[in-house]
Amino acid sequence: MKAIVNVALKQGVLDDQGKATHHALDTLGFKEVVKDVRIGKQIILELNATSQTQAREEVTNMCEKLLANTVIEDYTIEIIG
Amino acid sequence: MNVAVLQFPGTNCEYDTKYAFEKLGANVTIIWHKETTIPDNTDLVVIPGGFSYGDYLRSGAIARFAKIMEAVQTFAQNGGKVLGICNGFQILLEAGLLPGAMKRNDSLHFISKYNHLKVINNDNTFLQKLDVNEVVNIPVAHHDGNYFTDEAGLKALEDNGQILLKYCDENGNEQNLNGSVSQIAGICNKEKNVFGLMPHPERAIESLLGCDDGVKMLQGFFN
Repeated sequence: MKAIVNVALKQGVLDDQGKATHHALDTLGFKEVVKDVRIGKQIILELNATSQTQAREEVTNMCEKLLANTVIEDYTIEIIG
Repeated sequence: MNVAVLQFPGTNCEYDTKYAFEKLGANVTIIWHKETTIPDNTDLVVIPGGFSYGDYLRSGAIARFAKIMEAVQTFAQNGGKVLGICNGFQILLEAGLLPGAMKRNDSLHFISKYNHLKVINNDNTFLQKLDVNEVVNIPVAHHDGNYFTDEAGLKALEDNGQILLKYCDENGNEQNLNGSVSQIAGICNKEKNVFGLMPHPERAIESLLGCDDGVKMLQGFFN
């Protein structure tokens, strides 16, 4: 079973990497098509879990403890398999 | 005075910190991250600068779970004094010993230079030898020094006198160095026994290094 965790800065917390990239896209000629850019990171976990429910619970725990800093970041979890 | 300086894989300021405190007259012990206790007679624990565990995932996120940090939590909860410098500050934030979080500098650049700081509160051990509004010149060297807390968090810091230092120019005018909320460079906890700052006072302890403004800061911890 696999878990895909996406971590990104919360809406409302200024994302400087996203802002700089947005600016670069503007100068490359994509000004009209790009409204906003947010940059996060993806963490892919191979799990030994036996059920999706158990996997989600464990990964949520991991996110709260280590994978995300919930002061500034949100996360989403996708379980595959 | 007895100082314990923590050392994680990737720490690189432990010997500078040891040198600085020894020069000021302290006994300094370096403590490896796998240790489980802090020496009984320790007056101050310092978490020095560097790149603990390569700063992988987020600065300080992995160091926060090192064995020695359990002892630091207990030490701090019992009123022991803890100082986190740069990566040490990031670790204290991740550990929840100080409020808020660090983001990448808003320029997205690593900033390495002397920068002026203004003293905001001195009713604490750390800054007691400095005056409020006094300006000191202390080196900064960081990529993730953009301090963030939400509006409620900022108000709590202000109300409790927890904001210690702000980035400023040589005349004391507040300055945006890295995007930090309210130009914050250093804070303490509500109980005023845990301190964190991004600049490196241990690198400014003799004029040979360009400035000795760090002496008065570190001396705050001496009786």
